[in-house]
Formats: sequence, structure tokens, C-alpha cells
Amino acid sequence: MSDMTLRQWLLTDEPTSRRHARLSSLYKGWLTLRSNSMAMVGLAILVGLVLTAVFASIIAPHDPFVQDLSSRLLPIGAEGHLLGTDSLGRDILSRLIYGARITLYIVALVALIAPVAGLLVGTVAGYAGGWADVILMRITDIFLAFPRLVLALAFVAALGAGIENAVLAISLTAWPPYARMARAETLTIRSTDYINAIRLQGAGPLRIITRHIWPLCVSSLIVRVTLDMAGIILAAAGLGFLGLGAQPPSPEWGAMISEGRRFILDHWWVATVPGLAIFTVSLAFNLLGDGLRDALDPKDGGQ
Amino acid sequence: MIALDIKGLNVWFGYAHDRVDAVKGACLEVKQGESFGLVGESGSGKSTILRAITGLAPHWSGSVRIEGEALSGAKRDRRFFRTVQMVFQDPYASLHPRHTVDQVLSETLHLHGLDNIDKRVTELLADVGLGQRFRFRYPHQLSGGQRQRVAIARALAGEPDILLLDEPTSALDVSVQAEVLNLLTDLRARRGLTYLMVSHDLPVIAHMCDQLAVMRNGEIVEVMSSDTLRTGTPRHEYSQELLRASVALQ
Amino acid sequence: MNLLDIEDLWVRFPTRQGVFDAVRGVSFSLGRERLGIVGESGSGKSMTGRAILRLIRKPGIVEANHINLEGRDLLKLSEREMREVRGKQISMVMQDPKFSLNPVVTVGEQLIEAYLQHNSGSKARARKMAIEMLENVSIRDSERVMRTYPHEVSGGMGQRIMIAMMLIPNPKILIADEPTSALDVSVQRQVLNIMDGLVKERGMGLIFISHDLNLVSEFCDRVLIMYAGRIVEVCEADKLHQAQHPYTQGLLNSLPRLDEKCNHLSVLTRDPSWSEAPSVRG
Repeated sequence: MSDMTLRQWLLTDEPTSRRHARLSSLYKGWLTLRSNSMAMVGLAILVGLVLTAVFASIIAPHDPFVQDLSSRLLPIGAEGHLLGTDSLGRDILSRLIYGARITLYIVALVALIAPVAGLLVGTVAGYAGGWADVILMRITDIFLAFPRLVLALAFVAALGAGIENAVLAISLTAWPPYARMARAETLTIRSTDYINAIRLQGAGPLRIITRHIWPLCVSSLIVRVTLDMAGIILAAAGLGFLGLGAQPPSPEWGAMISEGRRFILDHWWVATVPGLAIFTVSLAFNLLGDGLRDALDPKDGGQ
Repeated sequence: MIALDIKGLNVWFGYAHDRVDAVKGACLEVKQGESFGLVGESGSGKSTILRAITGLAPHWSGSVRIEGEALSGAKRDRRFFRTVQMVFQDPYASLHPRHTVDQVLSETLHLHGLDNIDKRVTELLADVGLGQRFRFRYPHQLSGGQRQRVAIARALAGEPDILLLDEPTSALDVSVQAEVLNLLTDLRARRGLTYLMVSHDLPVIAHMCDQLAVMRNGEIVEVMSSDTLRTGTPRHEYSQELLRASVALQ
Repeated sequence: MNLLDIEDLWVRFPTRQGVFDAVRGVSFSLGRERLGIVGESGSGKSMTGRAILRLIRKPGIVEANHINLEGRDLLKLSEREMREVRGKQISMVMQDPKFSLNPVVTVGEQLIEAYLQHNSGSKARARKMAIEMLENVSIRDSERVMRTYPHEVSGGMGQRIMIAMMLIPNPKILIADEPTSALDVSVQRQVLNIMDGLVKERGMGLIFISHDLNLVSEFCDRVLIMYAGRIVEVCEADKLHQAQHPYTQGLLNSLPRLDEKCNHLSVLTRDPSWSEAPSVRG
């Protein structure tokens, strides 16, 4: 491969090793994603969010917790406070930047818990069928029957207010749709000839579920989770707004809106700016999710 | 020695009033090293017989003996999988879309508890006429004929004695069909395999098989040698009808 | 005069590795005859059929000097005029009727709707015509079939219904893309005979796309053999077995035969020069 560029090496139709085959298929997926400009906008915003969260202490012009009652409720563009200050004179921009950490924390934890739980329940129910299916799916139905925020409220009320409990509550209410989706996919995959073929090699249910069914469910789950992220951020913000999520003085975006609500008529920016941040990040997740749907479609085979 | 002995096989799907009897009282005997064909139109139950043998169609009654050993229910043990393997009809649906050829074959070899997996994958690919350059490809990077060769390699991985072939070439172009059929002929000669092959295509069955059974509506109407078919002298009216329809197209 | 005249037709698909040419400069004309197009998968035969009706989806591109339907260039028509052509003048029958019929509407209603779309008249008259059409395609208990849903009919019946539907507007040309390959041999004959009778009776042009050489040689008047997006040979259908091109010969020889016993089938060896040779005019 001396006279071969990296791009040619990655785009080959004749991979020479397992690693090569995997990298090549990843690269082709990336190219599909890259050709979708809206998805790239979403991705750029999210990368920006991650960088902001990581370097918050460097970027933020002020300490997000320091109160200065003499300069409270300064408008947008005020000297030294680009996005103004809130009712306690804290710099809104700095609070937003630190809030990115909390948002990411929530998103990451929920994204780890809910889809994994859903995938487990859904694929096992779908593949096993019979009683296991009935029991698992009825449990899923019970969770689905409650309005999401109400259920989360109940959990938080039982577990106590706080960001970890809010995440847990959101995850507990978020997994049933994933379980339903994973089950539906498993039902179609289960009857295909490639699953029959591996059964005829003597593979057991555990191997079939983890090695053969999961890889096919995961891509649609990722897409779905990305699209749901907006809802999750909003739910977290909602809990924060109701005072059941992140507790003051933590700069969680939902809690910030809640605090700004009192001044919304005279000092609109206090509630609007964190609202816009939530909106932007939610939109970014949706755009990325749409692009991922095209890039990850297993039926498409990366063509 | 009888490799495959089926007596009074009934296979059905569904329960009570939804019950569909797909195979009714089928009897057939395939000798060791023989190639036996099942022909019939769609819905005649020919593929269902293969699925009942492999346990993919769980509801059946009657007796099925593999190399003298009786099967029961839908569970099959490891020994069975090392004796009997199956090649599916549609090579576009029988390979996992996210697994490379290498993964497919290595996993199969691993499941059969074989060692030297790397070397065996190389040999299997060579056996089915695919070079090493196909080893790390995904199914979508292969043509229909190449996919079917991979499926055949997978079936051969556990070194079975009996191969069940479910319309292995009906999804392929004629020139590719010829290549795959030649490969199957060679493999049978080389490895002393026994074939039970299902097809709707009389010339293909006549070419590949020594004996064949004609099926209609779940019943075997006639068992004959392929020479009987070639000379155009089947006894049953339906066999003659099928034969006329295929000859007219030649 | 020819019904259809195609000059230098190209179908292109841009891909990551460059532009893929599915059809490469094909020219042929169709009179009131049965024209067969045969070739293997990927030879461009289906793409040719779809390109005539401009059914190639984006990002695919159709280019040609002209595709003249009785002197009118289809490539110059607006999408709206093209819709008119698709129903009224050229109809298409696809491989699997299950995908072409609406699963939640009865066969009868679909036929009646198809009739009313192209003709004015009362619903009662449309119903009468629909039943007549079903009888034309040798469906005996047409009243019962009118009430069934597409999933309740067999493959052969479904394909006959499709043909009936396609013939309602009385098109000049029927394009049949592998219309019988999903059917059993015995049903295949029936469907073909029906199609044959209707085409002859109405003086239509038929483009019959198939991978099955024997079927085409028996059923058509003239055959185009396609390879890698080009026409490599044109011959009279009944002389197909004396075809000259090594590709055609190779395809014929690779078929197993009932009358000859052999150990190995002859295998087609592809010559790269076949795909380089210029397309033959058909």
C-alpha cells in the first residue's frame, strides 16, 4: 500500500484484515454523515458543547456562583457581562458555560442507562417469546401508561430531589419505548435466514442475542436516542424548573429559567438565554439524529 | 447405508382452526453419498421437509432418522449440527449484514469446537473457490454467487455428511447458477457428501440428483430416478404435467 | 412507423467511487411487436425499461438523444405530461404484484378507480368494464375476485389482475419487467398466453424484460441481448439458439438440460472486450 493514499486504503472493497474492514466501514459511514450538511451543523454544535464543558473554567469570564447584588439584572451587552446578569448579579454567560457540564452529565448518564435497559428487555422478550415476552412487555406497558413527567416526579419525590435522582427518574421513564422498538426489530430479525443459519451451527440464545441481534438493533437505537435527547434535556430542565432536579445555586439550565421566570416581563433575557441554549442543543441533537439515521441504516449496508 | 430415512412425516403450522398441514405423510429414503431431489411448485411443502429435519419447523410427527438415529421434537444436539447442515435459498438474506466473511466462518468453526481456525478459514474459502481477498468483505461487497459460496463454506465448516440444499441457485443468474452447481457437484465428489436438494426447476434437479420425489399439496406423489425424468416416462399425471411445462420452455 | 424510438440512452448513477453507468448508449426501436430484452442481473435491462418511463430515481440521471413515442420526445415532456404518458400510453407490469397493488383496497375498487381515472362514465359502467377486464385475463369468477383484497389472491392471479389493470387505459406500449419470474412454471404459461393474446389483439407494442432466455425465445418476436449496459446482439427470437455472440451462446450453454446428461455444466468465461464493444442497434 505504498502508493495508496489513506483515503483509498479506507475506501477499498477488498479489506485485508479485520481491523481494515472495520475501519473502512466506519469511514464510509462517516462519509455518508458528512454529506449531510445539517447533521454536520448539529455535530459541530455538540462538539462545541463538549469543548465548552471541558474548558469551562478557562472560557468562563466570571465565577458562576459569585453574587454581586450591586450589578443585578444587567441587560444583554452590559459591560463585562455579555449576556447580562441574573437576579443575584451572577454572570449569565458563565452560568451557561458551567451549565453545559450539567447538561452533558445528564445526557450522558441517561444515554447510558435507558437504551441499554431497553435493549436488554426488548431483545430478550422478542427472542424468547412466550411467557418471558408477555411478562416483560406488560411491565413495559405499565411504565408506558404513566405520563413521563408525572412518573419522574413520583420517583424524585420518593428518592429525594437532586441531579442524580433526576437522571435516574428520567432513565426509568425513558426505557420503555426503547424496549418496544428493540422487541419489534428482534421479531423481524429472529425469523431471518442468517439467524436460522447460526442456529443450525448450534449457537445458543445468549450468543444469538448479543452477537447477532444487538449489532443490528444498536444502530436504530442510537438514532432514536439522539432524537430523544432533546426530550431528555427538556425533561431534566423541567424537573429543574419545578425545583426537583438540580438544586440552586447549581447553574442547571432548567433551574436558571425557573429563577428567571419571576422577572420575565421586565428582564426577559434572564429566562430567555438559558431557554435558547436548551433549544440550540436540542436542535443539534435532532439534526445529528437525522443524519445518523442515513449513515447507520443496516439495510443500506453502507452503500 | 441409509443416511436419511423419513417415514410418515407430517408437518403443520398453527393450531386448531388455523392449522395448516404443510406436509402430509411423506416417506423418503436417501442413501449415503446419494443426491436426492424434491420438486414441486411453491407451497407444495418441499422446503418444509428440510425445515422439519433441522428443527426450524417445530411441529411435526412421524419418524426421521439421520444415519440410523431417530430425531424428536425441535431441539437438535451438537452432533446433529455436525452431521447435517443447510444452505438457504436467498444468499442475500442468509448472511448477517454486519458480519464479514471472516467473522461468519470463524464463528461457525468456533461453535463446532474446532481448532486452527485461521488455517481452516483459508481452506474453506479455497474449497468454495473464493480467494483470500474475499475474506474480510462484508456481504454487501459480494455478488449473489459469491455470497452463496460463503453460505456453502459456512455449511461445510463443521464437516457435515449431509447437506440440505433449499433452492440454492434460484436467486442467481444462469451463468452463476452453473458455477454454483458445478461447485456443489465437485464438493460432493470430494467429500462424499449426501445431498437433499429442493428446487422447482426440473432440469436443475435432473442434473444434480440421482433420485427425486415430486410433491404436490404437501404429499409426495411419485418417487423416481432422474433417468425416468429424462426419458419423459414418469407415471403420475402431475409429474408429467410438470415435465411438460418445463420442456415447453426449453 | 415505429411506436418507440430510442437513440443513445444512458443511465448514470453518481457514487463515491465515481459515476456508474448502468446503461451505456443503447439505441433501439419498437414497432407493433413483442420485443424481448434479456441479460443477467446488472446488465441494465430493467434500467432501460424504467428509463423509458423516466422512473429512474434521483440521483440517477437519464440521458439520450431522444426517446420518441410516436415522434414525441419523452425527455422533453414536463413531469405532468409524463404522468399522462405513463398511464395512458405506456404501462408497466412489475415482477411482484404484491408490491404494485394497494393492500387495503379491494381488487374491484382498484380496477374501478383505474378505469375512472382514464375514462369518464358512471361507476356502474366502470364496474362493468372492470369485470370485463378480469374476464379478459381469464379470471372466471370475476365477481368474487372483485371483492377480494390483494393478499387473498395467489401470485398468478395477482399478476393477471395487474395486467388487467395496466390494460384498462388501452396503452400503446406495455413494458413487462420479469412479469412471471415469481410464478410457478404452470402458472407462468397461463399468464404469458393471456398477455400474448391481449397484445396481439390490440396491436400493442410489448417490451418483455427477462433473465430467462428460453422464455423470451419462445414468447417474443425479436430479442435484444444486453451485457454490461450495452446491447451485444439482436436476433430473431426463434433463431436465438443459433445466436452468434459468445455471451449469448455461453448463457444458453450454462443451462442444465433435461435431454442431455453431463457431469459439469459449461461455465461462461467473460471476455472484457464484450463490454468494450460498441452497442448494437436494435
